[in-house]
Amino acid sequence: MASKKKNLTPQQQQYQHLQQKHELKRPVLKNCVKAFFVGGLFCLVGQAVSYFYIYFFNFTEKTAGNPTVATMVFFSMLLTGFGIYDRIGQFGGAGSAVPVTGFGNAVISASIEHRTEGFVLGVGGNMFKLAGSVILFGVFSAFIVALIKTLLGLWGVL
Amino acid sequence: MLPMFFWAFVVGGLICVIGQLLLDVAKLTPGHTLSLLVVAGAVLDGFDLYEPLIDFAGAGATIPITSFGNSLVHGALQEAKLHGLVGVLTGMFEVTSSGISAAIIFGFIGALIFKPKG
Repeated sequence: MASKKKNLTPQQQQYQHLQQKHELKRPVLKNCVKAFFVGGLFCLVGQAVSYFYIYFFNFTEKTAGNPTVATMVFFSMLLTGFGIYDRIGQFGGAGSAVPVTGFGNAVISASIEHRTEGFVLGVGGNMFKLAGSVILFGVFSAFIVALIKTLLGLWGVL
Repeated sequence: MLPMFFWAFVVGGLICVIGQLLLDVAKLTPGHTLSLLVVAGAVLDGFDLYEPLIDFAGAGATIPITSFGNSLVHGALQEAKLHGLVGVLTGMFEVTSSGISAAIIFGFIGALIFKPKG
């Protein structure tokens, strides 16, 4: 940032200053309240789904997480396909992106969007365009954390 | 059962508020925000802090993307206990397979039946 500023003429700096002053302030509090309710609602539905699996399919509280996530991704496919998830996203911001349905939406909307380019190169190649970074950093950080913990365990520290 | 619904709502909502703050205050892109949350989940599980949260809030902790990092670490550690260091690699997707396989399968089905809009 600092090196960028140095190369600007005084007028450009003045303009940037002016621009910053007139930039629309984000309604942080309002956005947070919306994110809280939308995100909470997704988790509420998730809780209901996991109770469904616990009572009807003999899952335990511990193992119900997996089928619940899969079911939520399925809901996400329907909502994305009918164009409802976009609207929820505009309203809820992070409240719709952070739950696993947002991950599903990223994968599914990318694959629907690119189907015109064909199923192999379009859908197959672009499916993880948006969600890929989540998988990459999730896997890599999990690898580091698990590696450290395992090594500490082998050396008898933990 | 009812308090579980309440805490799922509150904890899940709060994690989303953290995400919203990263977007609005720290001005990160959605991609950066989600990646950061996943890493946070993995690190929290490294300190054994995420599992108590799941016991406490149920889906409030398993539905947000942070649980993805948590279950990746969990799978890796589970296998590492059985097979030593190699298990860290082989066990990575042991627990969390359903999220990714569901995303791939439903993503493809979605592309088959839905047409892009606008």
